This record gives sequence, C-alpha cells and structure tokens, in this order.
Amino acid sequence: MGLENKLFESLPDILTVKLDAVINWSRKSSLWPATFGLACCAIEMMNTVSARNDLSRFGAETFRASPRQADVMIVSGRVSRKMAPVVRRIYDQMPEPKWVISMGACATSGGVFDNYAIVQGVDKVVPVDVYIPGCPPRPEMLVHAITMLQEKIMKESVKERTDTFEDESRKSIVPGTLPVTEGTKLEESARDADAKPYSVPSRHEKRRSS
Amino acid sequence: MNTDFARQAIEKISAENETRVTSVKDALGEFTATVPANSVVEVCQKLRDEHGFDMLADLCGSDRGPEEDPRFEVNYHLFSTQHYNRIRIKVELSEDSPKVDTVTTLWKTANWHERETYDLVGIVFEGHPDLRRILLPSDFDGHALRKDYPLRGYEPYSLT
Repeated sequence: MGLENKLFESLPDILTVKLDAVINWSRKSSLWPATFGLACCAIEMMNTVSARNDLSRFGAETFRASPRQADVMIVSGRVSRKMAPVVRRIYDQMPEPKWVISMGACATSGGVFDNYAIVQGVDKVVPVDVYIPGCPPRPEMLVHAITMLQEKIMKESVKERTDTFEDESRKSIVPGTLPVTEGTKLEESARDADAKPYSVPSRHEKRRSS
Repeated sequence: MNTDFARQAIEKISAENETRVTSVKDALGEFTATVPANSVVEVCQKLRDEHGFDMLADLCGSDRGPEEDPRFEVNYHLFSTQHYNRIRIKVELSEDSPKVDTVTTLWKTANWHERETYDLVGIVFEGHPDLRRILLPSDFDGHALRKDYPLRGYEPYSLT
C-alpha cells in the first residue's frame, strides 16, 4: 500500500553503498542538540523548535538534557570566563560524533562584550563547526545552520569520528571555578603540575589543525 | 523619608563616645553617618540592638578613583523593620590599607555581600569566615570594579 511496497517491488533485496554514506545519512537525520542556553540567543533557539519554525523537519528537535545523549552543542549566547570551563566540560562529556554550532555574535566573537568577563569567541574553548552571525540570529538562521551542518556531516568519514580516551584528558586540570571537594581525586588532579586547563584537544581538533 | 529617627540614634551613639562618628549628612531624605573604620562594628551593633535597625539591607564598596584619598568607601544600608526607617553608615578607607572589620558577626547576610565587595573592589574584611571570590573566577587577577582596572583585563589569561 505504502511507499515501501513500491520500493520492494522495484529494488533488489541487497543494495551496495558506501558505509560512510549510510552512517552519515543516519547521523545527519537525527541530530540531537544538548539542552542549555547561555543568554538571549537561547530564546531564539527555543523558538526554533517551536511549532512555527519546527526544527523537527530536519530531525533535530529532540533536545537532550544529558550531554551523554547529545550530538550537537548549540552555544547560544555569550560565554563568560566563569562559564567557559563548564562549556568545555559539557563538550568533553558528549560522546563522538559531536559537533558545535556557535550561535550569534557573542558566542562567535564576543560581540559587543569586549571586556574582561566574556570569552572572545567560544572557539577558544571548543572547536566550532558552524558559526551563525546575528544578534540574535533569527530561528531561520539556526535552521540554516543545522542544514549546513548536515551537508558538512555528509562529507565526513566515519573513521574520523571515534571516541578516544587519552592520558592527557584524564590528567586535565579541574577548572578553578568549579567546586572541588577536599580530599577527593579531583583535588589531587588539580594539584598535578603537568595538568593544563582547557587544553585537551579532541580528535577532530587535531585533525583540523593539521 | 523623615530622618529624625536616624539622626537621634546617631546623636545618642555619638554622645556616648565622640570618636565613633566622624561626620553626618542629611540630604534628600537620606541620613548618612561617616564613621572611622575601627568603630563600624560597634556603631552597627548599637544601631541594631538599641535603636531597632535590625536589617542589613545592603553592603557595598565603591572606588572613587586612584587619585582620591581616601580612595575607597564601604556603605552599610540599614533598615529598621520595627520603625520603618533607614540609615546609611559610610566607612572611608585609604588605598594603602583597604581593610575593615567584618559585620558577619552581627548579620549573617553580610557574608556574601562582603565577599562580593572583596571580589570586585578588593576591600579586605578582617575576621570574615570565608573571604573568597564569589562572582569572578577564582583564578582571576585583580579587582574588576576598581577604576584603574583595564576593561579587557590584565594579560595574560589562558583563554585570550
């Protein structure tokens, strides 16, 4: 009755395709963003998933409350220096494959907040895949960014997107702004002389720099 | 607001010991008493216990600029819930020793107010139980609301 009946009639039982094409197609069709908003851009981000703009048309409507289940981090708003280690930690907690959208002028470059409190571009903290201009960007622009990201995903290779657990990431310092309970392992790692804050590159950061 | 109640309280405190209050200002319906740094706890305690100013509505620091002397001031805004009256206590501090005794012994709410004042203006509250930064990151360099603090902060910082 439906489309699948027609398909089964007209297609053979087995198709041969590139593994990349199939996996990337499935990845791009269900991009789940992590739920968090940093500033006024978050209002537009919420609007993007609402009925009028309906991000679910592109498979990205399911905002996950846990970074463990999320694929895309939409940095919606200005990142303060105190928030930067938290953003980095959320990014580190997301499993591969993961992508980052820098939404709005503030997340991209600091925007009008050229001062001591705001990180001048979230790409100093995490690697960004798509930048959106605007203050704030309209929901259509975020939809456009999602579709741009989908095009980008289709060009990737599966081999580049595997989780790696590196010694450096285990040794990375607990950012000073997060509370460290005394007598815990976190406190020991914070005292480690080799540990460096925010400096753990993820695998595709290295790839990009090469 | 009628400032008679606040003036009478300060006059009584000043009459017991003249060194407690340096000057008073009564303008625009607000009563301000400037006190030396070493007597602020004493004055606050008397206002709270004997004159009914039972609430510390606000505690904030301010920087008049590096060319001024005294450079810093700390303002205590007290409110009396019993008499519906307000008073401001002002302490002036020099740049060399921006230190004043804590009033956390009198009001618990002063804890975070004093931490904020320490964080942003750099005034040290002696006797404070936990004088850490509260708004800025703990590895922050300098005090952001000082007049001579550069807008973009001191270099280097690991993120910029």
